Amino acid sequence: MSIGNYPLHLMILVLLWGYIYTSWSVMGRLGMVSFGHGAFMGIGAYTVVMLWNHFGLTPWIGIPVAFAATAAVAFVIGYPCFRFKIVGHYFALVTLALSEVARLLIVALRDYTGGSLGATPVTALSGGSGVALGALQFESKSVWLVIVAAFWLGGLWVWRAVDRSMGRLALQAISEEEEAAASVGIPVTAAKLRVTLISALMTCAGGILYAQYQLYVNPDAVSGIAISLQMVFGAIAGGMFVMLGPTVGAAFTLLLAEGLRLAFGNKYPALDSTIYGALLVLFIIYMPKGILGAALSAFKGRGR
Amino acid sequence: MSELFDIYLLEAVLNGLLLGGLFALLSLGLNLIFGVIDVVWICYAELIMCGMYAVYWLHVQYHWPVLAAMAAAIVLVAALGAALHQFVIRPVLSAEPINQLLVTGGVLFFLQAAATLAFGIDFRNVGISLPSVHVGEMSFSAARLLAFGAAAGGVAVMYFFLKRTYLGTAIRAISQDRAIMPLMGVSAGRIFLTTSALGGALAGLAACLLVLQYDVHPAIGLSFGPITFLICVLGGLGSLVGGFIAAFVLAQFISIGGFFFAAEWGYFIAFVFFIVVMFIRPQGILGK
Repeated sequence: MSIGNYPLHLMILVLLWGYIYTSWSVMGRLGMVSFGHGAFMGIGAYTVVMLWNHFGLTPWIGIPVAFAATAAVAFVIGYPCFRFKIVGHYFALVTLALSEVARLLIVALRDYTGGSLGATPVTALSGGSGVALGALQFESKSVWLVIVAAFWLGGLWVWRAVDRSMGRLALQAISEEEEAAASVGIPVTAAKLRVTLISALMTCAGGILYAQYQLYVNPDAVSGIAISLQMVFGAIAGGMFVMLGPTVGAAFTLLLAEGLRLAFGNKYPALDSTIYGALLVLFIIYMPKGILGAALSAFKGRGR
Repeated sequence: MSELFDIYLLEAVLNGLLLGGLFALLSLGLNLIFGVIDVVWICYAELIMCGMYAVYWLHVQYHWPVLAAMAAAIVLVAALGAALHQFVIRPVLSAEPINQLLVTGGVLFFLQAAATLAFGIDFRNVGISLPSVHVGEMSFSAARLLAFGAAAGGVAVMYFFLKRTYLGTAIRAISQDRAIMPLMGVSAGRIFLTTSALGGALAGLAACLLVLQYDVHPAIGLSFGPITFLICVLGGLGSLVGGFIAAFVLAQFISIGGFFFAAEWGYFIAFVFFIVVMFIRPQGILGK
């Protein structure tokens, strides 16, 4: 192997979180700020691991089940929200409740899920075999890099497709003036629901990748308010209105954490999140377009 | 057997009542701020955490008498509330409403991480344990009774303040019409700052009561933050009476749910109930 395991691990994490933040921003940038994406990630991660551990069902069956569950939850939450025009911070708080519901459910079902201690997928990597395709477990980090990179590219493609579609223009109109958009014949509920389903399913896939790569899940790492906020802020820090913004957000947070860890060792735990938190506040006040968004506008401004 | 069952159920109901008092106190400040400034402080529970650390630090490390430590904590959190408004909320007051929500989310991240940096992830206990009160075969925590009393007192004082004083009247006027009041000679900026300090002081008061029941640690805000927002929204953001009712309703779901199943199921039911109510009545129980 040419690159060491550690840089490889970092690259995988940047692309994986870049993909997840991109998934969030598919709907977040259109004025639907969801604090509930932790629920979709949790459904993905836990459905696949639980079916594998308790029923011996291969992830190849687990994945469609997780997708179906995610779509159902996204519909049950999304449809009434959009139908009854729950927007802005009301939407944020309803979805926040959803992410807590998912976390509480995982913790409460501790007889099966292991509760707060988390769960480890039963290993299929025995007898020196580093690839278990049926169990979706791979020992080699290079394999994971390829898989995660493929999803990340796919995520960017979806982002772009949504961006270029007529639906995006409709949604932008909706996010600015919902009543007016409805009055000119835009099917508000259907348009919002479609984007929500896309975003939720992408996030669910991210949860599955996370669980299969780390080979460990716990309720706080894949669901609940903390992880939902992490997605929101990752996308905002990088810039949710440009395609690569969420990825830049993921790279920025990870490099900040690793850089400080290399500089100070483990002497100052949480120094990175303290700085990150302070930067977030400054970003939202002074640079709401995020790092990449602001950099691009500055670049364009000079070119003119 | 069934009699025994009933008395435990009654105990759960009464404990739910006490928990409701605590929730009502928790949501009081947040609700006031929302009603007046129209901003949701997502980091409200983290302000409470700061107050809890202040009580712990002054009392345990510097050996202040506990009441003095608590008074100092209330003043400190009130100052934090005012600072939060001045330096974080004010610059985004005219921005998209969602930015105001997000910026306080950034503060949540910051306070949580800063607490980890400063105090570590240890659970810290002030070492004051109040006895439990026994009534017949039922037992209640005195700390919860105290919290209930403080919540009732807090709501009464707030009500009196808003209805009977000049400042309170100005605050209510601003919350009814943000555009007109400045023309009438009410300085919105000053009222917002005062309200924020008042909201902070209520967070400080909640901190003093919570620290008697729970150990303080950097992630404690996440454990009761979400339920606090849900209470405010459920009651109708900005409606103090609605928030009070919602606090007791959700507390009963949690307490009775926890009695029949496990504690998480109680919260689970309360959160699902919240989502369902939002769909039926998005403006909350007593919202406008």
